[in-house]
This record gives sequence, structure tokens and C-alpha cells, in this order.
Amino acid sequence: MVTTVTSLGRSGLSDWLIQRVSAVVMTAYLIFIVGYLIATPDLTYTQWAALNSTLPMRMFSLLTILSIAAHAWIGMWCVLTDYITVRLIGPKATILRIIFQLGMMAVTLLYVVWAIDILWGI
Amino acid sequence: MLNVSIYRYNPEVDQEPYMQDFQIDTQGKDIMVLDVLEKLKVEDPTLVFRRSCREGVCGSDGMNISGKNGLACVTPLSEAVKKNKLVIRPLPGLPVIRDLVIDMSQFYAQYEKIQPYMINNTPAPAIERLQSPEERAKLDGLYECILCACCSTACPSFWWNPDKFIGPSGLLQAYRFLADSRDTATEERLANLDDPFSVFRCHGIMNCVQVCPKGLNPTKAIGHIRNMLVRSAT
Amino acid sequence: MANIRTMSFDAVIVGGGGSGMRAALQLAQSGYKTAVITKVFPTRSHTVSAQGGITCAIASDDPNDQWQWHMYDTIKGSDYIGDQEAIEYMCQTGPEAIFELEHMGLPFSRTEEGRIYQRPFGGQSKDFGNGGQAARTCAAADRTGHALLHTLYQGNLKNETTFLNEWFAVDIVKNADNAVVGVVAINIETGETVYVKTKATVFATGGAGRIYASTTNAHICTGDGIGMALRAGFPVQDIEMWQFHPTGIHGAGTLVTEGCRGEGGYLVNKDGERFMERYAPNAKDLAGRDVVARSMVLEILEGRGCGPDGDHVYLKLDHLGEETLNAKLPGILELSRTFAHADPVKEPIPVVPTCHYMMGGIPTNVNGQALTIDSEGNDQVIEGFYACGEAACVSVHGANRLGGNSLLDLVVFGRASGMFIEQQLREGVDLKDASEADIEAAMAGLNRLNDSTGGENAAVLRAELQTIMQNYFGVFRRGDFMQEGIAKLAALRPRIENVALGDKSNAFNTSRIEALELQNLFEVAEATAITAEARTESRGAHARDDFKERDDENWLCHSVFFPDDKRVGKRGVNFTLKTREAFEPKIRTY
Repeated sequence: MVTTVTSLGRSGLSDWLIQRVSAVVMTAYLIFIVGYLIATPDLTYTQWAALNSTLPMRMFSLLTILSIAAHAWIGMWCVLTDYITVRLIGPKATILRIIFQLGMMAVTLLYVVWAIDILWGI
Repeated sequence: MLNVSIYRYNPEVDQEPYMQDFQIDTQGKDIMVLDVLEKLKVEDPTLVFRRSCREGVCGSDGMNISGKNGLACVTPLSEAVKKNKLVIRPLPGLPVIRDLVIDMSQFYAQYEKIQPYMINNTPAPAIERLQSPEERAKLDGLYECILCACCSTACPSFWWNPDKFIGPSGLLQAYRFLADSRDTATEERLANLDDPFSVFRCHGIMNCVQVCPKGLNPTKAIGHIRNMLVRSAT
Repeated sequence: MANIRTMSFDAVIVGGGGSGMRAALQLAQSGYKTAVITKVFPTRSHTVSAQGGITCAIASDDPNDQWQWHMYDTIKGSDYIGDQEAIEYMCQTGPEAIFELEHMGLPFSRTEEGRIYQRPFGGQSKDFGNGGQAARTCAAADRTGHALLHTLYQGNLKNETTFLNEWFAVDIVKNADNAVVGVVAINIETGETVYVKTKATVFATGGAGRIYASTTNAHICTGDGIGMALRAGFPVQDIEMWQFHPTGIHGAGTLVTEGCRGEGGYLVNKDGERFMERYAPNAKDLAGRDVVARSMVLEILEGRGCGPDGDHVYLKLDHLGEETLNAKLPGILELSRTFAHADPVKEPIPVVPTCHYMMGGIPTNVNGQALTIDSEGNDQVIEGFYACGEAACVSVHGANRLGGNSLLDLVVFGRASGMFIEQQLREGVDLKDASEADIEAAMAGLNRLNDSTGGENAAVLRAELQTIMQNYFGVFRRGDFMQEGIAKLAALRPRIENVALGDKSNAFNTSRIEALELQNLFEVAEATAITAEARTESRGAHARDDFKERDDENWLCHSVFFPDDKRVGKRGVNFTLKTREAFEPKIRTY
């Protein structure tokens, strides 16, 4: 059992499940949007705004944004713990990785807040 | 004449490793890579590699042969020589002790971590514990592992985290005990694996499956472990 | 202290194969500080190559099976120079030892009833030879040795045995009383030499099949324990008895299990004839290994061999069907395809008798205590010194080992040695410490090698040694040839003692190890040669053209080779059973 405090779900299984579930959500969203665009060849701004101002669509978009955030969080954490490790670059790795990780978290949160602002600002 | 290029490093003499070229007359025979090494060692007694059974069951002579991990004793030249050249390096990702000999401590430590022994604290019967042929069949493809480390040292996740990720070989053995109808420590074993590194660093790229000299499938075993973790948590 | 570091343990086992790890397990469980010195990582030991199984009367295949029948088969198989007391102990204790292994997790194949699968092997019978073929060999597919060795290693991990992996024992350290008080060993990785001190030194160093050019044995089977014992002046027993396994893959030497014939495979000559029917009308291909090997050689010598040079015969398996072969003999399919370029599903495997097993070794009693013989011919225990497995001659195999009995031997006597040493340690062992001179004495050979200048290449000398043994001491032997062979060995000795060490570095110097192994091989080879020439009869694996008959009047005994004066003595065979009257020698037919 390897203990970690910086991963998202703190357990390997929950991180793994979150990645799988979020991937399914993102795929579903992508299929829906592409399908909608194909089914609506002469899309106008009014139609697009109308679609995105319904509550179910807002919820679907929000869910997808949260999925992207979680997916990225876990994925980036994996990448950072693969390459920025004490084994590979010495004792300064931990500080460096935490800085990168905080940066990554900040950017992710910023995007989430911004996206919510956009969705509910339509 | 076959051109052979071999990774050399003697910590007492060399500042850094280098590739040394040899030429050898194989008389056109499709001999094994180990035979080539044995012949070269007669000429150069300082060439160092591990070997024992010479039939692919002891797991001593795992090495990187023309870019692919494998056992020298069961890899014929016909599979390994490209453009009349054979390139032999130590297994990647672990420290080199000398020439083709690597320090396998981290590999063994991961094996020991999964508690690679039967746990069953119920009183043993006077004869063997019964097991049906179907239950026993679940161990096929698992218990045959020879601990040669070809798989784990072909795995990037193991390269980056050999101290945290158990690696394909250790996980294959973890599943060997999880799958054994006679073992009673399933919950304990699963609890020890449920962290972001031990099992979940496997991203399923299947290098392990591609190189296993015994034709085993660690990725599949890892999938089974994941399923067991999901089932036990839900 | 002779300028080297000392490490101390209650017990030290030299050799990390089956018997060594079984002994270590017993001692580690008892809480004594136990170390295993092993020149390769334990699961790389040669036990891993054992295929067919472990013979034992666990009454799975036949609920009425009896260990006494197994005992009878083993005594008959030994051509009556196996010690009956030891054979009785092995066959009677066997089931318990097997069940322990199963409880430790050994993945045996199974019957429909859920019990351990047993297959027929050569020389097995029911009802003391009157009830037909028995199926008594417990198997984990055709990878029983692998399964067993890994299970034992796992058991030792669980019990926290100390492993000195990739350490090589160089020589025995004896104290002033001629008792054994440890060994001098090299850490191969660093080159450091250490005195490993202990009250109980167990030699589980395995066989020495590499004295022959053609062998099923691994590169590491170099008789290190036998070499060390001989250099220390201790005798070896029945060392002329070498088993040639009938089915080694022609050219490669790789073993093809007797289990192939147990599952219904058979041997054919170039005419497609199943020739074993002529030599052993009842048991046919499942006669004793010595009988089958000799029959094969006769077929080849009489011009009925297969292949362009007529130098092998075929083992036919294709009639068993792909499904059976995949289930029962998957490892054989793999080996044959790799080394014989023959797919047994479609075509026969080219096979030839190949050196396989050393029946002789360090004489011991059933407790694993090593013995020497005093001037009055009485057994004397060597204090502090034990042996088990192939390195020992307890003797359960006599002149010919039955298939499947080697794994049982190593488990039963590894366990017995462990239990006895545990008891000794509990009662207290009082051995004098080694003096500086004693340790220096054990360092002498290594120092000489390290200081060597000039000399010849170890690999070249080794090949020469193997050729002599192959040519003069093979399946069939003859006095005048053997004398010639002995003379050649005598000429080889100074060259091997003066072997060149082309690499004097410390880090993982395998050249140094190979030079030391060569010296051990030579000791085994010389003992074999001199004893084989001395035994003027044919018995079991020792078949002489000039003495074709068994000579019970003069040779119903063990041979004992004394290294100091290279003398061959005799030692009585034990004929006392605890549970019944002994089996008297009979003419051995199958």
C-alpha cells in the first residue's frame, strides 16, 4: 500500500473510477454536440443560445466541465508523479511538483468558475 | 561473421558505460543468443552475464536483445539479428551492476510486497485442501511466472516508479493468490492494493504481454484485480 | 581473524534449491537465525527444471495405494544398494511432506474429486510388483519443480529466512577437532570474502551433471558441495552412479520428462518399432531409467537409430492428441518447439540418453548428518556437517533413481535435516571456534586462484574434462577405457589447479566463480572415474561391458571414495526396516 495525500480521490480505485466515468460523460457530450450540429445545418445564434439556456443543457455542460476538470486533475497528477520525482531529479522534486500541482489546480478551478459564469450568463 | 554489439560497464574500471563490438563466426547456425554470449566469454573472460538453466525456466538471463526484452537462452539468432547485427543491452530501468547484470532489488521488493504466499489460517486437513480442476485452471497462466523481470523492465510505469508501482510481474503474482480458491486473505490483499500507484499506474499499454518469454498476460491479470477491487468496493 | 569479516548464524544452508530451502524453512519456522547461501537467486536453482512430478503414495489415483509399495519399487529400482531404513523413512513420511507443500500453496494439478493429480512413472507398481503399473507421481502439469521451488521460496519469505543471494561458498572451515564450523564465501556482487560461522552447516548444493558434455543439468550444477567436501578430506559415497535420463533432446540436452511416457508416449527406432517391448515386455517404456537408457543406446549401436547419423531415437506423443498435450505437457511442447524444432502434436521428438542425476554424494544418515568411515569401518558423524538433496547420499536411490523420487528426497530429507538441527540447537551445540589458521586453510584455494599468473582458459579446460567423462564414463563402461580416462584426468589435474583467472576484478566477477566451479567439477569427475573403475560389476546405472553381471557377493555395498589417498572402500547397505522384514535382493526385471 503506497500512501499519497495529493491525489484527487486518495484511493487508486476512486481515481480510476472517476477517470472512467468522466470519460464517459465527455464522450456523451461530444457525441451530443456533434450530432446536434449535424442535425441542425443552418444553426443560428438564437437557436444555439436557446439550446444552452435550458436547465438540462446547462446541467449537462456543467457536468462535462467538472468531468474535464477531474479528468485533467488526475491525469496531470499522474504525469507529474511520473516525471517530477525524487528518484529522477533529486530532493527538490517534491517542492517543484507541489508548485506545478498548485498551478495546475489553480488553472483548473479558474476554468471551472469561468465556465459556470459563461453558462449562466447566457 | 555476425556483428555483435554489447553494453559494457565495469564500475571498477569504466567511468561510464559503452557499447563494444565483437565479431563471431556462427557457421550459419541458428544458435541461441546465450550460446553467442558463452562463445564470446571464452574470448573475453571479463564479459559478465547471468545464466543457469539454459532452457527458459530459471529466468536468469533476461536481457534486452536487439531492442526487445527476452531470455537469451530461448531467443534464436533468427529472431534477434537484424541486418547481420545483434545488439545486447541489460534490461532497462534498473541499475546496472556490471555489463548485462542488473540490480534487481527493487523488482524483488515489489514481489515481496504483494505477500507472495498462501494465506489460509483455517486448520489444515489431514490431507490436501481440495480444489476442483476448474478452480485450479484459474491459476494457469499465472503461477508459471519465472521472475525474469522482462515484463516489469519493459514497462514505462515501472521505469518511473519502481518503488511504488508493483509492476506487471508482481501484479501477476498478486492475482495468482487472489485467484486461488485455497487463499482466504482476499480482502486484506485487495486493501493493500487500493492506492493510486500499486495497481493503477498500469495504463494498459501491454508491453509486458509483448515481451513475456512464457507467453503470460499480466495486463489481463491486472484487469481482473481492478474488477475485484470494484466489486469489493461497491 | 584472517583479515576477513565474520558473519554468524545458528544454521547456514549452502544452496537455495529445493532441499536447501526446505531445510531453511524448517529452521526459520523454529525461530533460529538461519541463512541460505546461494550462488543464484533461489528460484533460479536447478530444482526449477524438474518437470514430471514428485512420487508419493498419497492414495489419490488409487485409494488403496500404500507407501510400502512405493518403498518396494524404490528398493528394487536402486538395484538393492539403497539403504532400506532411509527409503522406508522417505516413503512413509512422504505424504505428510507433500500435504505440507500443498497447504503452503503448491498449485498441483487436480483430479475430478479435487485431490492431487498423480501420473504413472517408470518403475512404479502396485502390490510389491504384482499389481501392475501404478500412477503415483504427484504433478503440477509438467512444471512440478518450478511450482515446488517457488512455493518453498514463498514459504521462506513468509518466515523471514535470511538469504545471501548470489554468494558463493568457496571452502569448508574446520576446527581443531575436524568438525565443520562454517564456510568461507564470496559475495559475488562486491567480491568481498567472508567467514560465515555457524553451528550447523548444511550442504544442499545439488548435483554435478556438468562433468559430462551432454547433460540435462543447468550450467550451475557443478558439484560445489562435493568438491568442498572432498577438498576438506571427507569421503563421498556411490559417486560412480550417474543416471542417464532416457529422453534428453538430441543436440540440446534439454530434459523431456518421463511423464511423457507416463501419459502414454513411447519410444520408436528408425523402423518405427516400439523397441522397449523387446527389452522390458511388462513395463515397456516405463521400465527403470537405467534399463530404458541402455536399451536406447543398444538400438543406436545396432544401427537402428534415427536421423541422418542414426544417433538418436524418437519419442512419439502425437497420438495423445493436442488437447491432452496442452493440458498435461504444455512445457514439453514449448521446449520441443524451441530446442528440437519439432512440434510434438504432429511429429516425434528426437531424444537420446543424457546425463541427469548424481545418485552418489556425501554419505549421511536419515537426519542429514554427514558421515565418514573410520579405520575399523564404522560410521562416524562429522560434527557440525549436514547434507541433503542431490548432494547427499542418504541413500535412497542406490544405483538407480526412480523418476519423481528426487523431489521427494529433497523435500523429505531437507525437512528431516531441519528438524534434527533444530533439536540439536535446542539441546545446545558445543563446537570449538575456528582458529585464524583454520580460516586461512579454507582460503588457500581462493588465494592461489587470485594470485595466479598464466595458466589456461577455464572454459577450454572444462570442455576437455567434459569430453573425457563423456567418452570414458558414459552409459556403458569398460575397464581398459576407464583406466585410460583416469590417466587423462590425472594429466588434467595440474592444469586445472593452475587455471588462469583472466579477470581479477571484484564486481560480479563470474570468471572467478567459473574457475572455482571448474575445480569442484574436477573433484567430482575424478572421484567418479576412480570409483567406477573399482566397481567390477554391473548394477543399476553402472553398466560395464567387461563385468556384465551384478555381483552381490562382492558388491552388494556402497562404494566410498576417500580423497586423501584416493582409495575406494566399501560400506554396508542398510537392510533393516522398522515396519517389516527387509527386501532381499532379487533379479531385477521390468
